[in-house]
Parts: sequence; structure tokens; C-alpha cells
Amino acid sequence: MASRVARGGFRLMLEVKHLGKTYGTGEKATHAVGDVSFSVEDGEFVCVVGPSGCGKTTLLKCIAGLLRPSNGGVLLRGKRVVRPPEEMALVFQEYGRSLMPWASVRNNVLLPLRHKKLPRSERKRLVEDSLDAVSLTRFIDHYPWQLSGGMQQRVAIARALAYQPTTLLMDEPFASVDAQTRGDLEDLILRVRNEYDITILFVTHDIDESVYLADRVVVLTHSPTEVKEIVPVELPRPRDQIATKELPEFAQLRAHVYRLIKREQSVGEPAETTEAAGVPHNGTPV
Amino acid sequence: MAPLATGRGGVSRRSYQALTIVAEIAVPVALLIAWQLWTVHAASPKFPRLSTILVDFRDMWLFSQFGTHVVPSLERIGAGFGIAVVAGIALGIPLGLSRWARLAAMPHIEYWRAVPPPALLPISIVLLHSIGNVQKIVFIAFFCLFPVLLNTIDGVRGIDPTFIDTARSYGLRRFERIRRVVFPAALPQIVAGMRNSLSLAVITMVLSEYFSSTSGVGYVLLISKNTFQFAPMWAAILLIGVLGYLLNVLFILAERRVLAWHRGWRAAASV
Repeated sequence: MASRVARGGFRLMLEVKHLGKTYGTGEKATHAVGDVSFSVEDGEFVCVVGPSGCGKTTLLKCIAGLLRPSNGGVLLRGKRVVRPPEEMALVFQEYGRSLMPWASVRNNVLLPLRHKKLPRSERKRLVEDSLDAVSLTRFIDHYPWQLSGGMQQRVAIARALAYQPTTLLMDEPFASVDAQTRGDLEDLILRVRNEYDITILFVTHDIDESVYLADRVVVLTHSPTEVKEIVPVELPRPRDQIATKELPEFAQLRAHVYRLIKREQSVGEPAETTEAAGVPHNGTPV
Repeated sequence: MAPLATGRGGVSRRSYQALTIVAEIAVPVALLIAWQLWTVHAASPKFPRLSTILVDFRDMWLFSQFGTHVVPSLERIGAGFGIAVVAGIALGIPLGLSRWARLAAMPHIEYWRAVPPPALLPISIVLLHSIGNVQKIVFIAFFCLFPVLLNTIDGVRGIDPTFIDTARSYGLRRFERIRRVVFPAALPQIVAGMRNSLSLAVITMVLSEYFSSTSGVGYVLLISKNTFQFAPMWAAILLIGVLGYLLNVLFILAERRVLAWHRGWRAAASV
């Protein structure tokens, strides 16, 4: 990664500086995110893991410009994020609720391009290329709900790629698919990341996944969230589902991250606390 | 219904469909036969024989008075319903999106919705200085507004926030978000409201034509009754029923096309 040429002279793509988010005021205030600082370099793949209920989604929404942080802030290539930036795309966990069921796969991917000032042919090319990158060209005229879960998440990835972001934020994107599909999607995202030359910030609760994918793993504490440790992952690339996971270094890193989180959970509140309690995130309560 | 359609009991899909159509037609046909038998027996001038009513129905509506009375009624339904749908969606979307707007508007909406149409009919003539089409269309539109409006508000409020977050994260501006996400997401519920409004449109159309009117099926119905022409009166009632039924059928056919995605989506989600 060190050989990468930084775009526009910025080595740093994303800086999260003393970010805090509090819901409500006074005694009822919920400190979802305490004080989080870390940075992501241009072209880097950074995973964020933490104990369940540690406010990962809140943190990501603040970084994405969807939520206004209570303290601190986020810089994208040196520019403060106050609304969703045009060079950033977000992939949600719930593909079923972020892909528009009334629109075909084509129109879903086209959605973020409609308001960009692009010639028609260029739009068409972007849509087709990004669907090709996730091997879904054949399903361009299907509706998302006619596809399997893994394919739907690939549509969501294609939509993000067509938007041509420099940075891709992913919020537990593979948490709702089966293990086999999950491995395939992990490899897919590693491949398109190289093809499209994008920086990725990837939130997950899966420790194996974080170590497998990342250049660095940011381990969070329980809520109010802080950074517990940033773990560099110097496993060789390209990574391989079998060979990489057989490496003793992989096992050591995995165990290290696991211990950090385990310790967090035993000192923190019970592990079952829901994500940022009392906060209306991601819609209807289950 | 689905298990029957699979043909497990030896009933093929086609014959199953034929059966449902027969079931739909059988009851009305039986009722009409019963009517005919009973009226022959009763011989009351208020309840003419079905055969007499049908002769009048043919003479009046197929098609000598169709242009003078049915077309104006249909135009009023169309205009009133159309205005109600446009206004209901245009008001409902901002109300659905803004809590403050809802707080301010809901008591008024609930109040006017609770007023029965006949209570407003006389005053509508005075207020609108009109006994013609304007008064009738406004009257129909006013009462058709509420189902569309309330359903639009509910539909917009019920949109999954992830859809909105997705649109925002991709930089869609407010108007684009409404056009590309809010409106289509709320559409199934808006359409449900429209369907209620459509049947209300038929009711209020007939009602509006009772007063200070010179055309329309409601007018014919009232005049026939007032002049003791019971067979034409029944023929008008029959026509109104058939009109309402056909409008509903047309609406359902359109809905199936427009909301095909919704049925597929829900079927996929329930697996």
C-alpha cells in the first residue's frame, strides 16, 4: 500500500477527530459515541470492530454526514464533512431496505447518477460497468427482490461503484447473508477495491472478517465509544479464504482482536444491550 | 387461495379461474331472478318487474340518454376525483414529512373529514355561487380528498428510514428524494386511499346531482322518483351500481399494472 500515489497530494483520505455523539440532553442523555479519533489513508482498507451495542452504526452515520456529531468532526481529504459528500458512498447492511423495490436493478444503480451532470451514454456505461464488476449484467432488468440476498448486496455494491466514490463506507454489509456467500462477497469487495482504486471503511462485528479484509483494524470500546486499539494487519495480499486463514499470523491477530473485545464486554455493560439504546436507528424496532 | 390454485385437488388453474368467475356472477344473477319472480308475484308499482326495468335501462342508457346524463356524471367524477388525488398527494407529502405541519393541520383534517357530505351540500351551492359543474366538482373533490390525503400522510410517515438515508447519502436533493423515493415508496398506500376515494366519488356525484341540477344520473333518479316513474328510477339505480362496479374494476386493473412490483416484493419478503 505504501507504493500508492496519493490523490491530490493527500496521503490522508479520512480523518475522524474526537468525534462524539450524544442523544438527548440532561439526565436522559445517551452518550452513544464518546471520543473517537482515527484516520484512513488513501487506498487503505480499514475495518472497525467493537462489542455489540457499541454505537458502530451511529459512528458510521456521523462519518457519512447523515448524522451531525455532537463533538469533534470528520475531514474528507481535508474538507469538513457537514452533509453526505459527493465522493463518498455508503453500503448498508439491510440491502432489502436500501435497494428500491419499485425500481429495476438498472434503475437502482442509476439512482445516484441521475442528478450528476453526465452525458446519457456515460451514465449508461457506468451502470453497465459496475454491474459487470459484480457479475450481475444478466440481471440488469430484474427487480432486486427477484434476486438472492447475496446478489442484492452485490447490486448495492454496484450502485456504490457507479457513483464513483473515492471512499466507500460499509455498515456490516455482509451480516445478513450465509457464510458461503459471505466469503464470496469478501473476495468480491477486495477485487473491486483494486479495480476501482477506492478507500474503504468497513464496519463489522465479525472479527475474522475484519482481520481477513483490513490493512488496519480499529477496535472500539463499549458505549460511550472510544478507540481501544488500532491493530495493523500485515498479512500478505492478495488474501485467500483458505491460505490466509491458515497463517499463524492470522490466528494470532484474530486472537488478539478477540481478547480486546472480550475484555471490553466483561468490563462493559451486558453484551445484549442494543445498539445505542433508545435511539431510533435504522427504522422500525424489531 | 393459493393452495387451491396449485391444482392439488385435481382442480386445474384454468378451471379454478372459471370457477371464481362463476361464483362472482352466480349470486347477482340469482338475486335478479329472485327479483323477477317476486315482482311478478307482488305486482307492486313501486317494484316493477326486472324485465320492465331492463327494457327501460336499454331505452334510457343504451344509448339515447347516455350523452346527456351519463357523460356529465362521469365527467364530474373524473374531474372531482382527479383534483382530489392531485391535491391529496400534494398536501399529504409535506404533511407526512413534517411533524410540525402535521400538528398544525391534523385537527382541521379530522374535523372536516367527520362532516357528512349531505351537511355541506346546501352551503356549497351558496359559497361557490354556482349550481353548475363547478359546485358539483368541488363538492366531489372535497370529500374524495380525505382518503387520499390521510393515506398519503400515513404512507410517507411509514417509509423505512433506510430508503431516505440511502437517497441522502447519494446526494439526492429534497425534490429528487421526494420524486424518486418518497412518492414511489408511499404509492401503495396512496393507491389504497384512491380506491376509497373513487367509491366516495360515485356517492357524492349522485348526491350533488340531487340539488339544482339539470343533468346527470343522480338528477334522472330523483326526477323519476318525483314523477312516480318507478321503472326508470330503478333503471337509474341499476346504472349507478354498474358504474361504480366498473370503475372499481378498471381501477384494480390499473393498480395491478402500476403496483406489480409491490405484490412481487411482498411475496418475496414473506417467503
